[in-house]
Amino acid sequence: MITGSTILFYILAALTLGCGIIAVSTRQIFRAAISLLFSLIGIAGLYFWLEYQFIAAVQIVVYVGGIVVLIIFSIFLTQQAGEKLPKQQLDRKIFAALAVFCGFALSMLQVYQHQFNIAETTAAPTVADIGKKMLTVDDGGYALPFEVISMLLLAAMVGCIVIALRSKPETK
Amino acid sequence: MMEPGLYHILFISAALFFIGVYGFLTRRNLITMLMSIELILNSVNLNFIAFNKYCWPGKLDGLFFTVFIIAIAAAEAAVAIAIIINLYRSHQSIDVENAEDLKY
Repeated sequence: MITGSTILFYILAALTLGCGIIAVSTRQIFRAAISLLFSLIGIAGLYFWLEYQFIAAVQIVVYVGGIVVLIIFSIFLTQQAGEKLPKQQLDRKIFAALAVFCGFALSMLQVYQHQFNIAETTAAPTVADIGKKMLTVDDGGYALPFEVISMLLLAAMVGCIVIALRSKPETK
Repeated sequence: MMEPGLYHILFISAALFFIGVYGFLTRRNLITMLMSIELILNSVNLNFIAFNKYCWPGKLDGLFFTVFIIAIAAAEAAVAIAIIINLYRSHQSIDVENAEDLKY
């Protein structure tokens, strides 16, 4: 029995994996960035399919709206437009593909041999649950990681400004 | 065509992870290597959400791991791009083969 949900899942999976393959194999860097964008949108669609709407929204806002735009800007700043990347060495490609295939086969073998205890009930979390849990200081609450991550973001922001600051020519 | 479940999502996640590893091994441009790292981080996020949904539906731990990984990935991408732009200013290139000042 093929339902619409199943078809949607396979379409999203194909979008994610196909665009991911284009993103790592094309020689035009701008095309790679756009493929990465569609791959991330496919993953956001998978989160919607799993009924985790909050994570899907965060994925679209942070990855698609933030990181990919940042990457495209840095391509404009550092790359000559329309220039292709240099051709990769064939032996490096072959060995990388071999290593990747072996790793993939090994991990999938492990996954299919393992019996996960899948729960019968599925309950999608609401945003209210997430907010309460994030600011709980009791056992199992996430208030401390929340504060730590805000310090990390502040440190990263200051660090970016310091690193990218154009140093003044020395005057004596 | 089977009804998609946990194993299907684990397959997608593993495939995406190894696509990212392939890109990281073959690319020699820093921006494309950064893109591969983003693919790897996304596959990890997908794994956390899948396990949270199918194995522990009453808990939120996998979801919080995903939220914090996304935040750390954003910080990491910003710092990496600052470093890339600084490297481009000093070397006029962002190829890892040209950035070898510390090698000798």
